[in-house]
Formats: sequence, C-alpha cells, structure tokens
Amino acid sequence: MKISILGLEGTAWNLSAAIVDENDVIAETTATYTPVSGGIHPREAAQHHANHITGVVRQTLEKGGKNINAVAFSIGPGLGPCLRTVATAARALALSLEVPLIGVNHCIAHIEVGRWKTPAKDPVTLYVSGANSQVLAYRKGHYRVFGETLDIGIGNALDKFARSVGLSHPGGPKVEELARKAKQYVPLPYTVKGMDFSFSGLTTAAQESLKRAALPDVCHSFQETAFAMLAEVTERAVAHTGKNEVLLAGGVGANLRLREMLAIMCEDRGVEFYVPEKRFMGDNGAMIAYLGLLMYKSGHSIPVSDSRVNPGFRPDDAVVTWR
Amino acid sequence: MAIGGSATIFASGAEAVITLEGYTIIKTRIQKRYRLKEIDETLRTARTKAEARLMSEARRCGVPTPIIKDVTEFEIKMEYINGTALKNMINPLLARQAGELIGRLHTCGIVHGDLTTSNILFKDGKLYLIDFGLAYLDKTVEARGVDIHVLFQTFESTHENHDELIEAFKDGYSKTFRNACEVLERVKEIESRGRYA
Repeated sequence: MKISILGLEGTAWNLSAAIVDENDVIAETTATYTPVSGGIHPREAAQHHANHITGVVRQTLEKGGKNINAVAFSIGPGLGPCLRTVATAARALALSLEVPLIGVNHCIAHIEVGRWKTPAKDPVTLYVSGANSQVLAYRKGHYRVFGETLDIGIGNALDKFARSVGLSHPGGPKVEELARKAKQYVPLPYTVKGMDFSFSGLTTAAQESLKRAALPDVCHSFQETAFAMLAEVTERAVAHTGKNEVLLAGGVGANLRLREMLAIMCEDRGVEFYVPEKRFMGDNGAMIAYLGLLMYKSGHSIPVSDSRVNPGFRPDDAVVTWR
Repeated sequence: MAIGGSATIFASGAEAVITLEGYTIIKTRIQKRYRLKEIDETLRTARTKAEARLMSEARRCGVPTPIIKDVTEFEIKMEYINGTALKNMINPLLARQAGELIGRLHTCGIVHGDLTTSNILFKDGKLYLIDFGLAYLDKTVEARGVDIHVLFQTFESTHENHDELIEAFKDGYSKTFRNACEVLERVKEIESRGRYA
C-alpha cells in the first residue's frame, strides 16, 4: 500500500497544499498573496491564508485525497501569524481525517525536495529565499548551517532595494531583468566574514550609488556582488566538507545569473550542480508533504498539544531521523 | 597545475593554491571565473596585501604565524609550518589553548575573519594561526563576536563534543583578553540573529 501525505505550506507569501506519495506529487493547489503596495505584511498574508485555506485544501483533496496517511505542515521558520493560521488548519484536518500530525522544518523541506527531484544525494545546499540565506550540509543527524546571513536574506535585500527605486513586489525578478541592460560595474561593498555574509550594507550602498550611476548598472552590480558572496561561501563549504554536489534551493534560485555563477564554480571545482524544477524552488506544499512522508516513514508524528509553531526554528535544531 | 619547476601542489583551498618549495609555502590566490573580473581582481589583490600585513602584525602581538618572505600582486611566499590542523586533533586542552591564542589576537586589534579548526595548526606544543586571507583590523565587539561565532560554527558542524570545546575555548579566551566577557555575550546574540522572526 502506497503512503500518501498531505502537506500544508504557508510560512510567508505562498499558501499551498499538496498530496505526495513516494514517487510523485499527486495533487497541488496554491493561492499566492500579493501585497497591494510595499512588501509582505505578515497580518495581511495571514488573513489571505485564512481566507483561502479551505478552498485550497478542498481542491487538493478532491484531486487526490484517498487514504491520506498523515497531515504535514510547516511548523517554522516563518512569519508568526502565517504559521499559526496554517497550523490551525493542519490540526483540524489531522483530527477530522483521524491521521497523525507532522510538523516539518521549512528549510529542510527545501533541501529534501531537491534530493527527491534531482539526482543530488548528499549535497552542500545553498538555500536562498526572501528571508533565508544559508549554506547547509548534512552531518551526523543534523543539517548543519555552514554559513548564513548575519542580517537579512538575499531576497529581502533585493526586494528592499527594488522597492526603494519604485519597482513593485517581488522586486528580485525586476532587478534581474534590469541588470541585463547594464553597461558597467559600480563598486559596492563585498561582505564575507568567514563563512557568513551580510546584505544590509550592500543594500544601502546600492541605493546611495544611484546618485551617480544608472539603475541597470546598479542592479547588475548588486547582483554580481551579492551572488559572488553566496558562490564564495558555497565553495568554501564544499572545500571544507569535501562533498561533491551542490544543490540550489529557494525562490531566489530562479535567478539565472545566480545559477550561472554556481554552475561555473561547480565546474571549476569538479563537483555536480543541481537545480530542481522551478515549481519545487519557491515555497510549495509538495516539499512539505514530501518531508512529512520521510518523517512519517521514520515513525515521527506529534500530538496536537505539542504542535505549537516555532517562527525561529533553525534547521540545525531539527533532528534528522530519516537518513 | 604546477607553479614553478620544483613546486608541488600542497593544498587547494576554496580561494588559493598552496605550493610547497623546500621550506617555503607559496600561496597564490586563483582567479574565480564565476565572478566579475573587477570584483575578482580587487578582492584578490586586497586580500593578498592585507593577509601579509596582518600576519606580521599578529606575530608581533604574540600570536605565532608563518614568517613572510615575499609578497606580489596575488602571491605570498612564507615559512612552512609542518604541523597538524586542529580539525584533526581537537580536544578541550587544545581548544583552551586556541582560546588564549585568539584572545591575544583580539587584544592586538586583529580579527581573523575565517577562524576554523583547519586554520589553527599544532606543532611542537605550540599553536600557529594561518590563513589571514580575510583578516582585518577591528576593535568592535561585533567584529570580534562574529569572529568567534564563525569558529564555534566549525566546532558545531565538524566536532561531536562541541559544547565542551566551546567552554574550554571561552576559558582560554577570557584569560588573555580583557573584554572577553562582553564579546562572548555578543556571540550569543549573533547566534540568534540572521533568522526569520
């Protein structure tokens, strides 16, 4: 009998429900929150999720909801109000279906879906999204964080810069497009401290440099600087761990220039580089369901009374029992 | 890739190739094709220069480092320290000694910038600090805190008994550095940052 798990994701902007079995995604339904102006407002995003969760779950169950073995949800990290809204739905669903409840770490779900949907087996993962920027690798029961941002995530840095020059949310893709029209590089601060990096100074400097440089040039320089920092730390982690695969995860992984830089770095180092399909890169329900499946198979579930969300849940705090 | 006639590749790190010629280490910062030429050359030149300067400075402050023999654009020639990386032989006693070493470095106003257990070598009862590639002068609690946070991360990511090592390190660090307490407090705070909240 095949195991199938229903997963709920709603840590930030994207609400998504999916059912997966060991082979593939059976059904997935998504409702995306788009701010009217500015960036993601946690309360508005949570309200959006509350408004759409019933429809999203119903549609997913209609498409593939026979014999669900467990309900998995993102227990953290994420925006508190969003996490609580989706957790409430997950608890109700698990109780009504009379199946176990599984709280999964959102960051690790990004990694596991990559290991599922690409040939990567034991990679160094560069996980880049709005709020998160981390370099992770598995070692002895944990996904260890080898390097991470000391302040804001790369996606937030790009979005913040984009908003300050009047580009609408999400700004990352618009910065990428403008960068292609650049004519020259404008020097910007490059901040790598050991294995960690920082983006807030870079963001401010990029805004300042617009006083004397054209927007496409600054977009280009911002990307070149920030992505070089990410590629450098990823390379350091590869050198340090001796692993021979790199996996790119998270929504910012859609950026083609970032992919290109990592591909070149991996080629020069002689390691494999894997990028999952775009639907598995940004936040999605399938990855939550899939990690839920791995955890279910290793005997993991939580009672409703222990299912409180953890907005600051670090991936290195999660105990990996499935590998 | 061999540099020079009799040189042998000694190690190939993330950013430099180290060759050994007799008792001389030649550290050459290699070009990274993935990054823009402007960024690449600026970083390599600046890091080479800073590295040589800060290595000498650290030694004057009582932190054993290899002696510099020559410096060019992307290359440093220095004394070869034939020791064992702390990564391969760490224990609480050595972690304490490492704490004393870093305490002296910080007292001197230098931040290493890439403190890992691969960059501390043990030889003849003495610890040597190597790879000043990302080092810089900074006396702020924040910079020192990040320095130590980075080292603790390598304890946590590559050594099983990391709590014990961290405690031993703190002891040593507090012995040779007057503001240790403040910095160690900041390390805790840094750990809680950079996260989704």
